[in-house]
Amino acid sequence: MTATTSDILLLFFGTCGLLLLLTLFGEFMRARYGPGGDNPVIETYMTRIHSWWAMVLLVSLALLIGKIGVLVLFGFASFAALREFLTLTYKRQADHMTLALAFYVVLPLQYLFIGLGWQGLYTVFIPVYAFLLLPIVSALRGDADRFLARVAETQWGLMIAVYCASHVPALMQLQFEGYPIDRGVLLIAFLVMVVQFGDLFDFFFGRRIGRTRIIPGLSPKTWEGMICGTACAMLVGAGLAWLTPFGVAGAMLMAGAASLSGHFGALVFAAIKRDKGVKDWSHLIPGQGGFLNQLDSVLFAAPVFYHLSHLFWAG
Amino acid sequence: MKRLFRPLRRLAANLVGHGIALFARFITAVRADWRGTDPVPRQRVYYANHVSNADMPMIWTVLPPNLRRQVRPVAAADYWLKTPLRAFIGPEVFNCVLVDRRPDKDAATGDPLENILAALGEGSSLILFPEGNRNMTEDPLLPFKAGLFNIAHAYPEVDLVPTWVANLTEVMPKGEVIPLPLMTTVIFGEPVHLRQGEDKDAFLSRAAAALVALKPEDHAP
Repeated sequence: MTATTSDILLLFFGTCGLLLLLTLFGEFMRARYGPGGDNPVIETYMTRIHSWWAMVLLVSLALLIGKIGVLVLFGFASFAALREFLTLTYKRQADHMTLALAFYVVLPLQYLFIGLGWQGLYTVFIPVYAFLLLPIVSALRGDADRFLARVAETQWGLMIAVYCASHVPALMQLQFEGYPIDRGVLLIAFLVMVVQFGDLFDFFFGRRIGRTRIIPGLSPKTWEGMICGTACAMLVGAGLAWLTPFGVAGAMLMAGAASLSGHFGALVFAAIKRDKGVKDWSHLIPGQGGFLNQLDSVLFAAPVFYHLSHLFWAG
Repeated sequence: MKRLFRPLRRLAANLVGHGIALFARFITAVRADWRGTDPVPRQRVYYANHVSNADMPMIWTVLPPNLRRQVRPVAAADYWLKTPLRAFIGPEVFNCVLVDRRPDKDAATGDPLENILAALGEGSSLILFPEGNRNMTEDPLLPFKAGLFNIAHAYPEVDLVPTWVANLTEVMPKGEVIPLPLMTTVIFGEPVHLRQGEDKDAFLSRAAAALVALKPEDHAP
């Protein structure tokens, strides 16, 4: 077994232990306060924990398989997220081919370029080529009704659901001095964990000590929750620094940057959901809503994390 | 030989049915919203809006297996008997009730409603598109044909369940060949029955209104 594999297993068992404690806690609370399954708070909590089990198992499996596993997992997540996003955007028949290209050509190509490690291409493929080509395809159909809105909404979907999401597997392609290339999957585990823990602590502290809403009337997020969440993400980052090439101080800063951009990303998503008049993006992850509900902060964090790593550490 | 092949054909039809349902779920993540009624095994006519050939498989997919076994979609014979593949999928996989909708044939074969009423007489539930044709207009529904009224008249105790298939126009607009993977929902409303002394036009417009009421709002910018 390689050092990377044993590190993944260590993380996996650690996370499972944590989830086991949370599951036992839920079962205890259920036995005590809602034995018939009739306490909505406990049932929601348990549904979420079950979804977490599924996600931890899937991500761990993908990391163990390595590059192909991670590409396939995030490729599917991108597909599901793009589907949720584009279901709610405004479109006309003139956009049909554009949208088909987005799903069936742009998305697979982006992941293919990442798999091949063509860095010069996958960092510009969507913002340059897709963003110029797709409006041409729509314009050729000759329907100018709310054209700019249609083009902009489609491109935002691609940016968020494909470009941002694909920067998670792209972390495997970064090369650092004295850091074996196969440890890239651990960098993914680091990013996902610090962002998700940052979200959890933001939620927890927001409930406990949150007073000042960041955007009243749009999102329940508070400044107190966000600051504590980011601080906790930095502590988690320090604890997981052994996964990264950054060193302890660097890992803390990177975790803080990722978590912070994730928190603000979630606010952007709250505004989009309000604009479209929905509470959740879909029903596909029980207790959590859709893929976009689950991924929103990771999506905003991934490109920032990728580029900061590239800028300051990659060699 | 024939007797040997029949179970094999039925097995194949079963597998293809599961395959179609799986494909529909994978592409559109289609789900049922039982808004006005529950998925219980009563004899019903699910009457739905019709914008594409994918409408019927979508409704069929979201019905729970025990309901799916007793439901028979009403479909056009001229479409489903055109090729051997369609003749397998329509009558055998979906167990369609085939009706002849060609106007010149009407006089010769008599009432196209005959097969429909026979299927109801056997206790089957139906999936029915009362507009008669695919709706290519901007209006939410075309005027209903008389069929739904005749069914309600002949079988007043059968639940007529308004069934709105949402978002399929965008998945596959008329004239396009590639379906888009967008999320769709099949919304089941509160069952409608023929009222005492209600005439055809009043009933059909009430049934149409119950169906349109299920349509979700558009997401215009």
